[in-house]
Amino acid sequence: MKRVVFFLALAMVASALAVCTSGSALAAGAIKIGGTGPLTGGAAIYGQAARNGAQIAVDEINALGGVQFELNYQDDEHDAEKAVNAYNNLKDWGMQVSLGSVTSTPGVATSVENNTDRIFAITPSASAVAVTEGKNNVFQMCFADPNQGSASAQYISDQKLGSKIAVIYKNDDVYSSGIFETFKAKAGEIKLEIVSVTTFTEDSQQDFSVQLADAKNNGADLIFLPMYYTPASLIFQQAKSIGYTPKYFGVDGMDGILTLEGFDTALAEGVILLTPFNATASDKRTTSFVAKYKTAHGEVPNQFAADGYDCVYAIYEAIKAGNVTPDLLAPAICDILVKQFTSMSFNGLTGDNMTWGVNGQVAKDPKGMIIKNGAYVGID
Amino acid sequence: MNLQKSTLNAVFTYTLVVVAFVVAQGLIKSGNISSTLRGQLAPICAYIVMAVSLNLTVGILGELSLGHAGFMSVGAFSGVVACVSLANVIPLEPLRLVVGMLVGASCASAVGFFIGIPVLRLGGDYLAIVTLACGEIIKNLVTCMYVGMDSHGLHFSFLTSASALQLEKGGKVIINGPMGIAGIPKLSTFTMGFMLVMFTLFIVMNLVNSRAGRAIMALRDNRIAAESVGIPVTKYKLMAFVTSAALAGAAGALYAMNFSTVVATKFNFNTSILILVYVVLGGLGNIWGSVVAAAVLTVLPEMLRGFNDYRMLVYAVVLIIVMIVTNNARFKAIPTRLKKRLRGASNV
Repeated sequence: MKRVVFFLALAMVASALAVCTSGSALAAGAIKIGGTGPLTGGAAIYGQAARNGAQIAVDEINALGGVQFELNYQDDEHDAEKAVNAYNNLKDWGMQVSLGSVTSTPGVATSVENNTDRIFAITPSASAVAVTEGKNNVFQMCFADPNQGSASAQYISDQKLGSKIAVIYKNDDVYSSGIFETFKAKAGEIKLEIVSVTTFTEDSQQDFSVQLADAKNNGADLIFLPMYYTPASLIFQQAKSIGYTPKYFGVDGMDGILTLEGFDTALAEGVILLTPFNATASDKRTTSFVAKYKTAHGEVPNQFAADGYDCVYAIYEAIKAGNVTPDLLAPAICDILVKQFTSMSFNGLTGDNMTWGVNGQVAKDPKGMIIKNGAYVGID
Repeated sequence: MNLQKSTLNAVFTYTLVVVAFVVAQGLIKSGNISSTLRGQLAPICAYIVMAVSLNLTVGILGELSLGHAGFMSVGAFSGVVACVSLANVIPLEPLRLVVGMLVGASCASAVGFFIGIPVLRLGGDYLAIVTLACGEIIKNLVTCMYVGMDSHGLHFSFLTSASALQLEKGGKVIINGPMGIAGIPKLSTFTMGFMLVMFTLFIVMNLVNSRAGRAIMALRDNRIAAESVGIPVTKYKLMAFVTSAALAGAAGALYAMNFSTVVATKFNFNTSILILVYVVLGGLGNIWGSVVAAAVLTVLPEMLRGFNDYRMLVYAVVLIIVMIVTNNARFKAIPTRLKKRLRGASNV
């Protein structure tokens, strides 16, 4: 028995070493792009989507010839400590350009490292302000949280979607509470009446009867849901069961609700959401991306996948424009890319004519979508 | 030389830590260390302190505590608030970190004291469940807490939002509820971590080998017998528990100040269990075992990155193998056999 255990352990160490060395033997001439994201655990769907989207872009670019990319995504388990470990692992691998982290908390931790090491980073979806704040070489492909909150309030007011607003948000989540706070501030500014604010947490996201009753009793005619689609799907269901039919307004986390397994899309009828990406759009790039994603992974890509895809293409364009060659060191590439990013305009799946400010935040128009007959339809 | 077993044990533990420190420093100086390992050095120190301090509660006092991460959380958040708000008062960084760790330790020991009074009246499974609950309560309270700073000093708010702090212009939000703290100055260094580990070992090993330590172990071995000879149960239980909490608080401050961000949900039940795993694998009551286990098990998941998605699976398998091997009678007999062989050789 002991001998078996010993050999098993030996075999594992040997194979670990083998994998490590094969990882470091690289094709010369490729620019190494690294990123961290939750590939396992509760937030894995976001990390995997961003990685898969980025991989599709890398494969497309490599097939074109010319500039070659090599992508390495490391798991950070949606945890700041693991993210810094993953980042350091990528540094050992020789990362020249970084895709930052997929989620916000790890993103804040790795962006500081990016800034100290002068490795250029563009994150697909780490939307907290602290990710880019005070760092001149970290950029975002997604909207920063405050922009989403205030854009939503502005949109609701402009389109006169509701007069009495209820908000349900997840108060132990950076994304959800970040959007809510700016939504509230903007609502106060433009005199939008919020009649009910209720919260839930990771541990209590099964039952929303209290929150819905509060909204109903206060006569809310629109519920703002800054959250991901899984809890939102339960809210729709439970509101229907108590015979309450307000309008719903979501943000980009709501994107993907129609492809949620076992979800009755009729419940989401009439839901309005602000999102940068529409998987059912009919333009050539989107359809080709969605088709490729479906064949490779068997599902419709969500916004995270599109963000990952766009990040790689934005880097590609900046690298072409700045004549970056694979033999340059990361800090040199960083200087060129920062210059390119702050001056270029980029067309991607998640928006046209995107530009970046020196603060790293992206400027692009959110697309207002409404769900009609089980499909997203653009409003404007 | 006829040294006591406890003295030998202490010398061995200190030597182990010092040698590890010197080797790591040598690797850094010569540039032979990977970025991954280098980035992990300070967290390893924090985890070692956590493991050693938990060993005091679980191994020496004999009470199963499942809420150790809660004290780490208290230390992390209070320590960071102290360090950020004292940025202008104490410009010297290592000194500011020490102050942060002291604040973290005192806040954690205060919490440990108040939790300890009711909790330590319980025993066995009940104590484990209540400490687990306390850890979760601390996590939820910190999630709801807002702290900001402006020229008037610190502002606190609970359950509302950062805007309720009513900071004046130029004020800074330090703890932003569920978003935790972002933009922490990176004050922790490996050297500071090493010093905290040495300090922790000094405190714990001296406590264990003191009169109080013998009383604590007497309580572990037989509470009724200990009480019958006049050992005050509550006093000694609290002493071990509060010391353990204070050290965890200092470790929390060291940990938080190594990463630029910290959120309350990091210090959840899983982190408590992780530290308990270090203690159990290192051996209950075995201080140097905790040190080695914490260091190895922190580095291990990173070494296993080559397995990609399967690495946590492999990690679990490794844990199980270590458990089996270290509890195997034949394996345990190896040191004694070696000793015999050496002695036999010297006699010849």
